[in-house]
Amino acid sequence: MMDNKRRKFLKMAGATVLAGISAPAIVKLSSNPAVAAGDGGHEAPAAAHAATDTHDEEQSSGVRLGMVIDMRKFYQNQGMLDEAIAACIKAHNVPQIPDPKSEIKWIWKAGFGNVFPEHSQKLRSEKVKDNQFPALCNHCDNPSCVKACPTKATFVVEKNGIVAMDFHRCIGCRFCMAACPYGARSFNWQDPRPFIKEYNVNFPTRGRGVVEKCNFCGERLALGLEPACVEVCKGTGAMVFGDLNDPHSEIRKVLDQEFTIQRKPAAGTKPSVFYIV
Amino acid sequence: MYNKGLIVSGLVIFVLLVTFPIWFNGLDAGPLPKPELPPNGTKECVAPAAEMRDRHMQLLNEWRDDVIRNSSREKIVVAGVEYGKGLQLACMQCHSNKEKFCDSCHDYAAVQPTCWECHITPDEAAKKEAQ
Repeated sequence: MMDNKRRKFLKMAGATVLAGISAPAIVKLSSNPAVAAGDGGHEAPAAAHAATDTHDEEQSSGVRLGMVIDMRKFYQNQGMLDEAIAACIKAHNVPQIPDPKSEIKWIWKAGFGNVFPEHSQKLRSEKVKDNQFPALCNHCDNPSCVKACPTKATFVVEKNGIVAMDFHRCIGCRFCMAACPYGARSFNWQDPRPFIKEYNVNFPTRGRGVVEKCNFCGERLALGLEPACVEVCKGTGAMVFGDLNDPHSEIRKVLDQEFTIQRKPAAGTKPSVFYIV
Repeated sequence: MYNKGLIVSGLVIFVLLVTFPIWFNGLDAGPLPKPELPPNGTKECVAPAAEMRDRHMQLLNEWRDDVIRNSSREKIVVAGVEYGKGLQLACMQCHSNKEKFCDSCHDYAAVQPTCWECHITPDEAAKKEAQ
């Protein structure tokens, strides 16, 4: 009798173990077609590919502020670019630190190869080789920095699509700097105040251990002003600022007429800054 | 009770030690701070003085969230004068001397707010100007 019971128990136990081991595999196999169709794991790249084929990327709804930089205006007038940068520095108390390892940049000058590393550098025209290009935060529609930020110190402003920062909340982890494909973020390795030449008393400085970047002049837009750099180029059309989602905006007219390029489109961040080169 | 003398005297010494700051200062909390009234003569603040005393720190946090997070930067009008929401844009327009206003209470209460690591006081601005 005892033996009979033990044999039965062992059989049951064996069957249970087998069922337990094989169950996940069976579930996986039976639901595999569903994964391919429903989960989107394979669907998404195909859809993205189709979208780029027709040049009709999925866009965010609502206001999405962007900028077109017309380099043809800056080729003739590189001094204007310096003025635009100076206006930004003054408006935002940006420190001027000589050491390139700890410098702070909101809008800065760089060569074509640095701004557009994905484009071929060979046999470029003289004006492209000889001129400096403005680079700034692209206020991406799909910003990788926002995803990287563990404290939500960097976030997208719902009202206008600006990728903004709350310096109060930044813990200085610099994940955003690693995530940004454009090098548009700078870290304050030291107290920036000694490196600020002139204070704008209506704007704060930053403290040590905080990341900073261009804010598309959110504080000026609230006062009905244009961004500081755009204001400097007023009347020349060198920098056109406006809502990318409004088909009647000035910026959209420029984008409709001119061939523009973006920085590192392959990064998939959907930058909002366009260049006419 | 065993070791009565030892325990009671130990307790007395403990209580004396813990209350040291109180009796050492002669049961006196020191002169109360007198924050300077606005040098520009403004009489009315964004909220009554008692409320400001209690919760100016919460108000500043609310303003910060309004301005940065919610893009709601509508002006605050006090006695016909418009102020932007912000330490530099509102508070320091009247309370222009951080040392005589903010610090007077903060030092007394031994709190060290980090506001001025980034926000510029009129004094700081004047020093930069002088350079």
